[in-house]
Amino acid sequence: MTDTMELEAPARPLGAYTRPKANTGWRDWVTTIDHKKIGILYGAAAMVFFVIGGIEALLIRLQLATPDGTVLGADTYNRVFTMHGVTMVFLVIMPLAAAFANYLLPLQVGARDVAFPRLNALSFWIFLAGALFLNMSWILGDAPDGGWFAYAPNTGVVFSPGKGMDFYAIGLQITGIASLVSAMNLIVTVLNMRAPGMTLFKMPVFTWMILVVQFLLLFAIPVITVALFLLMFDRNFGSNFFNPEMGADPLLWQHLFWIFGHPEVYILILPSFGIISEVIPTFSRKPLFGYPFMVFSGIAIGFMGWGVWAHHMFVSGIGPISVAAFSVSTMFIAVPTGVKILNWLATMWGGRVRFNTPMLFASGVVSMFTIGGLSGVTHSLAPADTQQTDTYYIVAHFHYVIFGGALLGIFAGFYFWWPKVFGHLLSDKLGKWNFWLMLVGFNMTFGPMHILGLQGMSRRIDSYSPGFGFEFWNMFATIGAFIIALGVLAFIVNVVMSARRARHEPPVGPDPWDARSLEWFTPNPTPVHNFDDDIQVEALDEFWHRKYGEDQNGQVVRVASAEEVCQDGSATDTHLPSPSYWPVVLAAGLPFVGLGLMYTLWLCVPGAVLILMAIYGWSFEPVDDPDGPHGHHNDHGSDEPADDGASGTTPAEEAPVV
Amino acid sequence: MSDTAAVSHGHGTGTGLSNNKLLMWVFLGSECLLFGGLISTYLIYRGRFGDGPAPGDIFDIPFTSVSSFVLLMSSLTMVLALAALQRGDIRNNRVWLLTTALLGSLFIGGQVYEFTTFVREGLGYTTSPFSSAFFTLTGFHGVHVSLGIIMLMSLLISSLRGTLTKERSETVEIVGLYWHFVDVVWIFIFTVIYLVPSPTS
Repeated sequence: MTDTMELEAPARPLGAYTRPKANTGWRDWVTTIDHKKIGILYGAAAMVFFVIGGIEALLIRLQLATPDGTVLGADTYNRVFTMHGVTMVFLVIMPLAAAFANYLLPLQVGARDVAFPRLNALSFWIFLAGALFLNMSWILGDAPDGGWFAYAPNTGVVFSPGKGMDFYAIGLQITGIASLVSAMNLIVTVLNMRAPGMTLFKMPVFTWMILVVQFLLLFAIPVITVALFLLMFDRNFGSNFFNPEMGADPLLWQHLFWIFGHPEVYILILPSFGIISEVIPTFSRKPLFGYPFMVFSGIAIGFMGWGVWAHHMFVSGIGPISVAAFSVSTMFIAVPTGVKILNWLATMWGGRVRFNTPMLFASGVVSMFTIGGLSGVTHSLAPADTQQTDTYYIVAHFHYVIFGGALLGIFAGFYFWWPKVFGHLLSDKLGKWNFWLMLVGFNMTFGPMHILGLQGMSRRIDSYSPGFGFEFWNMFATIGAFIIALGVLAFIVNVVMSARRARHEPPVGPDPWDARSLEWFTPNPTPVHNFDDDIQVEALDEFWHRKYGEDQNGQVVRVASAEEVCQDGSATDTHLPSPSYWPVVLAAGLPFVGLGLMYTLWLCVPGAVLILMAIYGWSFEPVDDPDGPHGHHNDHGSDEPADDGASGTTPAEEAPVV
Repeated sequence: MSDTAAVSHGHGTGTGLSNNKLLMWVFLGSECLLFGGLISTYLIYRGRFGDGPAPGDIFDIPFTSVSSFVLLMSSLTMVLALAALQRGDIRNNRVWLLTTALLGSLFIGGQVYEFTTFVREGLGYTTSPFSSAFFTLTGFHGVHVSLGIIMLMSLLISSLRGTLTKERSETVEIVGLYWHFVDVVWIFIFTVIYLVPSPTS
């Protein structure tokens, strides 16, 4: 309830609470509330976890490469696949989407920052605290082993003694706070802070998809919060939510988890849909085909995503009527997704397509996601699903949508927006290595899993005996996994080499891709204050429309160079919110509380002290550094980031601009 | 944007709501699903009391009706607090803020009394799925009311320091949104738990 605690912000700054001033070095990164730096932090942290989750994946594939694998014991294997799933879903794809959302969303709507910069920093640090808390379980010797969806009663204290599932329940609770705070912040940013003239239907599709995702998070996170609380109370306080011996319903967890879990699937994929909806028009040199259909199909997916959760539970005995209903709704949700795929294809159709690396990755998404989507439709047929449940067919399906859909899209975004963030391009040559290695490796790894699954190989088994016909494809998949690893290595090499090369090369210029949306009005890399001046938005793809016009014959002609259209980033009188210590302090308290709940309540004390100190500090922090050059904050328009309780409350008397 | 631009365009926000107020609305939207999950869990478990006390045996409906009435009246005083501040009536604003906080505390006191009585009658947190669900749902609501009381007291302190003026009445309005929400949730909880006929043993 930090926003209300801010009520106490006194008119005079108290001496003890001066705000940090560092603009460079580690202090700057720890105290920054700049949405661009927070975006970079999200991206960097998520890539570290991507490597960790990737190593876990390679261990799984090594164990399964040959029959009777001995690389990991059964117990370790359970922990490794559980943490692989948890890491890739919650600590890689979600924060990578948050990285893009944080960096790009304010730029794409023409704002100076998000609505609540300090809350934004808080989201990142809480995410990091939760992520470290989860991975701390490896060091403390008890990593979660109940699978990423942690079915209770199996994860109750009877069947999962030890601390593993406590790390799961409390760790995800912490990262959930981060997602929720971030979702509220970004929703307010998009709804309230768009540039003049930017109506909702002049927003880029990326912004739209991120907005839909934030609403999904807003409503899905509290459901898993409830589930995780109930699990935690069962495990730590002896309640009976998941204890069938006392008459509890063994399906309660599954329902709660999947009511969160299915929207979560769209939380993972929609950011990627948004990214490639920016990339494909740019590299096809055509406007996005059917923009309103793209937006409405995204919204439709967001709504319908709430009505399909029980297709994860077809074999759990929910009854024929439920099965039939969820079968039909699951088939139905393929329609808006199909609309999107057709629109991307129609965008490329007839365009002068340039196959630079971002476009390669985007095409990869369209093709690979289509495969994953189609195998998804096969699950909607309950009789077939009964056969496929808990086999490698499922593993193949969700890797095609999450790796082939979400992750490839995120890589498209890396290559596309790298110059925006770092001021230089990534090498296209290494990028193509990166793409082809990942695409080939990916299909080698997960393609055969369809066959393995239909042959009856169960997921989550730690070894299999020879003679079932599993040997060849398992070895094949393991080789594929290492080719993926080479692809990731190519990316890392590319990042390092391109940064080195950029030192000797001229800057990339404002518009390397002949792009379309608002973020390209700023120079590359984006200056700290974003825009020199507000942009008056007249059209969707405003940036493109300022560069191109029509001649007398109705032909599209270039009317202005990018240099003429772009701002030069020279504004110096911009009011910038000051950095703050308190987000990181508050976040640091949470793991202590978590460990305290698990080991000894005494550990909660330092956690609570840190949290209370941070809330107190946050409330009493002066609105601005009084010595700073831009300390006059009375000139806020209400579209300014409401960093402080005092000035962010200007009610708008004018007509809404929605 | 530059300072001059910020002054000159002054076009307000996209929704016409301030960022802070919109944030509260969005947050309350999320809270609906939190209580939705807990209420659903209770509905599944209200008949699963095992050997422990059944809900129909143990609830004291007249008592809880009175404490519910107290909580609902606190919404009225919350409105009066906001109205007073919007008129610039600092004194009455303080009076009604304090009254709201006291009524909220009275409700919490009633809950503590109710919980104590139930435990004495054999309904512990671990007795049955019903008992776990009951205490968790009403407990979560109680925590929300308590946080609301802390917010009200913060407002009061702010007022005593002289910083809660007519111009900042929106802050009271935002806390009011939260307070009314918690009351409305209680109407649902009270109906579902107490008013819908409960199973007896």
